[in-house]
Amino acid sequence: MGWAAIRAYTILVYLFMFLPVVVVVLLSFNQNQFGSFPMTGVSLRWFEALWNNDAVMRAFRTSLVLGLLTALISTTLGVLASLALVRYTMRGKNLITTILIAPILVPEVVLAVALLLFLNWLGIGKSFALLLAGHVIFTLPFVILVVQARLVSIRRDVEEAALSLGASPIQTFFSVTLPLLMPAVAAGALFAFTISFDDITGTLFWKPGGVETVPTQIFSMLRNSISPEINALGTVMIVITVGLPLLGAAIARQISIKRGI
Amino acid sequence: MSVEAREKRQPWILLSPALVAVTLLLLVPLLFIVVYSFWLRSAVGPDIQGFHPDNWQRALTDPFYRYILLNTLKIAAITTFFCALLGYPAAYFITRSSGNKLILLLLLMLPFWISYIIRTMSWINILGSSGALNTLLISTGVTSSPIQMLYNEATVILGLVHFLLPFMVLNIYVSLDGIDTNLEDAATSLGATRWQAFSQVTLPLSLPGLAAGGLLCFVLGAGTYITPLILGGPRDAMFANLVFEAIITQLNWPMGSALSLLLLLVLGALVAIYNRFLGMSQLTKGLG
Repeated sequence: MGWAAIRAYTILVYLFMFLPVVVVVLLSFNQNQFGSFPMTGVSLRWFEALWNNDAVMRAFRTSLVLGLLTALISTTLGVLASLALVRYTMRGKNLITTILIAPILVPEVVLAVALLLFLNWLGIGKSFALLLAGHVIFTLPFVILVVQARLVSIRRDVEEAALSLGASPIQTFFSVTLPLLMPAVAAGALFAFTISFDDITGTLFWKPGGVETVPTQIFSMLRNSISPEINALGTVMIVITVGLPLLGAAIARQISIKRGI
Repeated sequence: MSVEAREKRQPWILLSPALVAVTLLLLVPLLFIVVYSFWLRSAVGPDIQGFHPDNWQRALTDPFYRYILLNTLKIAAITTFFCALLGYPAAYFITRSSGNKLILLLLLMLPFWISYIIRTMSWINILGSSGALNTLLISTGVTSSPIQMLYNEATVILGLVHFLLPFMVLNIYVSLDGIDTNLEDAATSLGATRWQAFSQVTLPLSLPGLAAGGLLCFVLGAGTYITPLILGGPRDAMFANLVFEAIITQLNWPMGSALSLLLLLVLGALVAIYNRFLGMSQLTKGLG
């Protein structure tokens, strides 16, 4: 197979990946009343409809709060664990790593069932707390993998220099280690937020009746029929989950340029 | 406390919150549903505790469950095959292209950030009765009324391939990128054709990546219930749909426990076989 053929094939693969998503974005600006082809003009009416849709706005707030809390807890746990795994040698490190990434080795449905049944037995039924616990445990391995990869590149001698110059371990952590860690912390938090914001597999098991996140809201709207509002909601979600990391990366670049790294 | 002892305790202090979380929210719950799967659902009041093998007996012998399990494995296998077919040349192109490698890779990572449910439902816009394809067919006069293309096994596989392809490409890419291109050049300079050099040098060396991508696609594909709900018809249920039905719709939690453990055992066996031959390191490489 010639190089040109491989190139053409790859372009087709990329089209396959992106065309459906492009169609979602296009249709969300469609003026046509049924939100289908052919497009009759450009309009923001479906975004306006979203803004005025109470159920959607509620779902947005739920997803946002859930995502932020998940990111906060998951990143805290993940960064601490990653520090231990990267900085120290200990017995059974491989076993510990396997245990920590176990939540993504188990199919999410199984994790969802196990957590629901166990916490329910402890008296925590379907609730926001259950939802949060589920999202934290599901995002934790991703945070650990991402943060660990970043941590490896941070050199230890800077901290040792601070310590040898008389800083206490706590001082060293807050004024040397943490600033160096920030990119890793930000990457982990962003990852946790996005995964939580997107999750539906576990969320459908854990969410209490009447509470919807954005994905479950889309899911229940799909049951009726595909309305242009769903495409608009999809576009908003794409902007949030794709735009946010890109923005984060851009800001991180700016900071590192300023610091001259 | 001596400095040495403190140094020894520090990592465990750092690790304990995460370890406690995984233990309480995953490991203990998994053990709990093992116990729960031997309970019985009662029509009135709480589930009956005790040791009753009934759920397991049904899960293992009911022909309907067996049919769905085999069908799920079949769908996952076909999905994995198509992911490899589409993913390998694309990964190869990215590795060997000059210059814009980073952009190509970034583009490929983009779907990871686009919501799974959006990507799944986007196919309704393409294949639905008023979707892009039908509109095109009607306007060009190929057909006068919309063709029913959605809600069958093929669209479930299509949705899964679309969802899982980036995992495949990324794993193959990681593997291909680690291969010294001089090896292929050496083979051709020793008289091999370009195809021979690829099939006898590069391809075998990239098999670990292909296997890791394949395992991820298979396990993630076989564990999904959302794609069949959105893109499948009423007859296209997968095994995870049975779990969802039992737990959420029928509220038969003991049966749901047995079914989800069965799914875990089947997929876990696959992961164990993979781990036995290839080890887990390749997998985490692709994820990191």
